[in-house]
Amino acid sequence: MFAYYLDLALRSLKRNKALTALMVLAIALGIGASMTTLTVMHLLSGDPLPGRSAHLFYPQVDPDTTPPHAKEPADVMDYHSAVDLWSARRADAQTLIVDSQLKLRAPTVNLPPLMAMMLSTTADFFPMFDVPFRYGSGWSADDDAKRARVAVISADLNDKLFGGADSVGRTLRLRDSDVRIVGVLKPWRPSPLFYEVAGGRYAHGDTAGFYGKPEDVITPFFTGLEINDGSFQQFNCWHVPDTPGHLEDAPCEWVTLWVQLGDASKVAAYRRFVADYAARQKSLGRFVNADNTRLRSLMQWLDYNGVVPSDVRLQTWLAFAFLVICLFNTVGLLLAKFLRRGGEIGVRRALGASRAAVFAQCLVEAGLIGLLGGIGGWLLTLGGLWLVRRQPTPYADLVHLDTSMFLVTFALAIAASLLAGLLPALRASRIAPALQLKTL
Amino acid sequence: MQIQPVLAALGRHRLATVLIALEIALACAVLCNACFLIASRWQLTRINSGVDESSLAALKLTGYDDAKADDLNARVLSGLRMIPGMQSVSVINAVPFGEHAATAGITLDAAGQHFGAVVDFYVAGPGSFQALGLRLVAGRAPQADDYQPVHSFVPDDASVLVTRALAEHLWPGSDPLGKEFWVDKFHFRVAGVVAHLARPGGGEGGPGKIEWSVFVPGQPGQQLAGVYLLRAKPAQLPRVLRDARAAIARIAPDAVVDSQASRTLGDLRQRYFQQDRAMAGMLLGVIAALLLVTALGIVGLASFWVQQRRRQIGIRRALGATRRDILHYFQTENFLIVTGGIALGMLLAFGLNLFLMKHYELLRLPLYYLPIGAIALWLLGQLAVLGPALRAAAVPPVVATRSV
Repeated sequence: MFAYYLDLALRSLKRNKALTALMVLAIALGIGASMTTLTVMHLLSGDPLPGRSAHLFYPQVDPDTTPPHAKEPADVMDYHSAVDLWSARRADAQTLIVDSQLKLRAPTVNLPPLMAMMLSTTADFFPMFDVPFRYGSGWSADDDAKRARVAVISADLNDKLFGGADSVGRTLRLRDSDVRIVGVLKPWRPSPLFYEVAGGRYAHGDTAGFYGKPEDVITPFFTGLEINDGSFQQFNCWHVPDTPGHLEDAPCEWVTLWVQLGDASKVAAYRRFVADYAARQKSLGRFVNADNTRLRSLMQWLDYNGVVPSDVRLQTWLAFAFLVICLFNTVGLLLAKFLRRGGEIGVRRALGASRAAVFAQCLVEAGLIGLLGGIGGWLLTLGGLWLVRRQPTPYADLVHLDTSMFLVTFALAIAASLLAGLLPALRASRIAPALQLKTL
Repeated sequence: MQIQPVLAALGRHRLATVLIALEIALACAVLCNACFLIASRWQLTRINSGVDESSLAALKLTGYDDAKADDLNARVLSGLRMIPGMQSVSVINAVPFGEHAATAGITLDAAGQHFGAVVDFYVAGPGSFQALGLRLVAGRAPQADDYQPVHSFVPDDASVLVTRALAEHLWPGSDPLGKEFWVDKFHFRVAGVVAHLARPGGGEGGPGKIEWSVFVPGQPGQQLAGVYLLRAKPAQLPRVLRDARAAIARIAPDAVVDSQASRTLGDLRQRYFQQDRAMAGMLLGVIAALLLVTALGIVGLASFWVQQRRRQIGIRRALGATRRDILHYFQTENFLIVTGGIALGMLLAFGLNLFLMKHYELLRLPLYYLPIGAIALWLLGQLAVLGPALRAAAVPPVVATRSV
């Protein structure tokens, strides 16, 4: 029966090519626009660490002693709180994070020095965030404690300096210090760069910067502080620091702490631990606002920071409004198309076709239009994404149509056209055979 | 032209009429708001930075030894001044549309109780005030002894210039000259007011606070080094900047030129607003596609109605209606449907605007957007219906006598 309806639908579509083309075009435009924006949304709002993100948490305390007291704690931590919580080792894994810019050179490679971003972190960073290695590995907790002069470099930097060869064991000059390369990463591009997300609430929706590339050089936390002393940027200071760039004892927030907690009881225990820590700091006179602590999960933290740029969300809304307009258009045209065939439908009904059969036949026709529109929409989506890739945004290189979004394109196109066909098909199935036959 | 028979006929096609009207209504809502969004973005890209953008360029050096910053400043200033066509070189911590350097919350009392605003500080060495081309509206330009040494991010005690917008925010209605403000222990006294000076990019605030900046004269040194403001005639500026970047390899071999930040101010401005322009372009695309789809929908439905009513048209023609009557009939019909859609669309436009105001910091939709949107849709409707209406007018009266 379906094959027969399909045949009928094809014949009907061929009969009035202009009207068919109009409907397909409307659906294709609507689907193209909405799938382009939806794909970008999907890429930007996804889980950067599927499977792991539920166990990653972001502790926050409020070290700021000056009024007015904020409702939310600081986005990142001061050095003492971060290092205290980190060294307590109360979580399954914990890592400190700070980044800074420095001059970098490979003494054995004949290239001019370049400025690179250095991520300084602790040993747990690599297993916690499932960072993929091409050569070598990360460092040990012992290296953290010894302030070992070692580094892990990105695939990009390895390509640039060493032509992609195994560079483990070679030396890098970071500012004025030599470090030994112990690991080279595979290309790694978390979206967003979740471990450094902070300050989203001050960004006024302009959060495209959260989707930048990871740092090129990764060193042990305390090694990094030594090597690049004087070049660290605060997130915020509640008093002006005495020595700009050297923030260990400064009244500044600049260090990030991430912890991994395996189950709900550990989360509850850690939450208590952070609250107790803050209370103890208050009794020591270091904190004022001790109750102001948080422990958000990774996805909650991304939500809190509103990581998806407001322009992208706005574009998605607009594209869907546009899709709705295209659908209204299609409903009107389908109605015209079906009702024009009143005589034909009357004959079919008189010959014994049930209302359901006419209804089904009309829907098959609408679905076929949806499929054609989906193909057009898919091509337009590819074009739209190409345009997005040419835009000067940090996430441009991330944009592509993955399999799931490819399938969603067709599902959305067919669902939309069936929805649009519902009312016209209902109308068509209600046609009274007698009235139509009389006018023949 | 009588409206009564047109309405009666539309009554027989209620569903299709309502659909087209709804489509027009939605199109009207999206059209008005999208146009308003484009206009706001465009407005944003036209802000007055207050400086002679076409004559200025920034040069940023990194990777040098902080302890030798004084030596670097001296070498760069003297070295770059030799470049033919260079009118002036001065040290500055940031430039408009560049990276922000010193952002801080200021208080209007020494105790830090009375919060004023979060502002950006331009800390700049001798010559920079003249090079920027800032327009003084009150007080005096920085004098030679105003340029104080910088030990932290700003001098300890400075005579500064604020923008008119910031002065109006901090001390509404009173004379800002001589007023004081503080950041922590750092003290500032207002010595002058400039007409405009946009803060560098990346600062806190949004469009309304774009001019909350303070010009602080400072002595170049370890805490004020690395960013240089170059001034040359607009025609020579790109060449001068190129020469300057090339000369750094000789003047300061151990420094690295930050090529993202070392551009003419025109370039920096261009890049700063790239995102807004891309968004405006995308909105224009949506509007074009929207109008196209709406027009095609009208064409499709009108063609269908014309074909459906061929016999009636023939009869009317046989009974004496002129071609013009038939043409006007379809034009009136379209006008009525579009008008209904626009009426609903205006309400929707306001609803959509309220939603955007809530979630996207958009301002209230000015009322004049509504008639403009309405006229655009009326025109679009009339254009779209013209083809089918002409075809209807061409139906010969003889159709009435056939196939009865």
